[in-house]
Amino acid sequence: MEKNHVKRRALAAAFPRTLPILTGFGFLGIAYGIYMRTSGFHFLYPTLTSMIVFGGSLEFVLVSMLMSAFAPLQTFLLALMIQARHLFYGVAMLEKYKGLGWKKGYLIFGLCDETFSVNCSADIPRDVDKGWFLFFVTLLNQSYWVIACTLGGVLGSLIQFNTEGLDFVMTAMFVVIFLEQWLKEKKHYTALIGVIASVLCRLIFGADSFLVPTMICILAMLSFFRKPIEKAGDLS
Amino acid sequence: MSVPLQLLTILLCALATVLTRFLPFLIFSEKRKTPPFIQYLGRALPAAIFGMLVVYCLKNVNFLAGSHGVPEAIGIAVTVLLHLWKRQMLLSIAGGTVCYMLLVQFLF
Repeated sequence: MEKNHVKRRALAAAFPRTLPILTGFGFLGIAYGIYMRTSGFHFLYPTLTSMIVFGGSLEFVLVSMLMSAFAPLQTFLLALMIQARHLFYGVAMLEKYKGLGWKKGYLIFGLCDETFSVNCSADIPRDVDKGWFLFFVTLLNQSYWVIACTLGGVLGSLIQFNTEGLDFVMTAMFVVIFLEQWLKEKKHYTALIGVIASVLCRLIFGADSFLVPTMICILAMLSFFRKPIEKAGDLS
Repeated sequence: MSVPLQLLTILLCALATVLTRFLPFLIFSEKRKTPPFIQYLGRALPAAIFGMLVVYCLKNVNFLAGSHGVPEAIGIAVTVLLHLWKRQMLLSIAGGTVCYMLLVQFLF
């Protein structure tokens, strides 16, 4: 009885925090499911990728990977590059996820951009169990994503309208996230480093192989300009 | 691509994702303090990464031929303006996408 009470309290505290994600994942997940279905895949594909990959940007790229020739090394490296930012979510959550026992494994598995932002920014009330709160945020967010992707995959076959250009939803999503980041800063050093490094490497290395050089370039520039960047005070 | 190869491709993506999410926790154990440089990177990287992802989405746009990236530019402009106006993430994303879809389907 006591244990159920603790869980219910944590769920009640976590659910409202995930409402923006419910809306966002609902829209993006259905769009992703439709995108995959109209690209010619069975609806179980978006279900599977949303369950085991659970990373929006990579899942979108995965569709085009599945439609080209099998290239395991390139797939793995590109996936690593796209997902590399999770390394830093992990670094940021090292403290908060300490000592949470078996839940910690799932918390790390489900550490996507959105779950990271909720769990990182949440002020958990004192009478709410921290472990269960973080767990329910992660679980709810992934449930929204899996259900929405599946729904989109199922509906995709019923969709009759022209979906050309629907994949722009990914571009728009990154533009908004980037803009949010930009609005928080005064000097924009790191945002500019990201854009300039990517554009230069895209021009030099071409569309298919510029991500790895871009990451290296970004790391080098962030290391080189550490002092002015830290002085600018834009880092949270 | 055959179904087993497709499943393998999905599995590789899952593996890479799990690796990037677990690695920091495996390297920096619960007991040790995170080195200052890693802490700095963790705070400096997000803005740079999202800038990179925007460019990544546009990597196949040809500015010299075809529609010269005009629908992309308008789509992004609508997304940004909607977002500056209302600050509603979903509205900005939906508005920009619908605008882009209309442009590529009817104008370009």
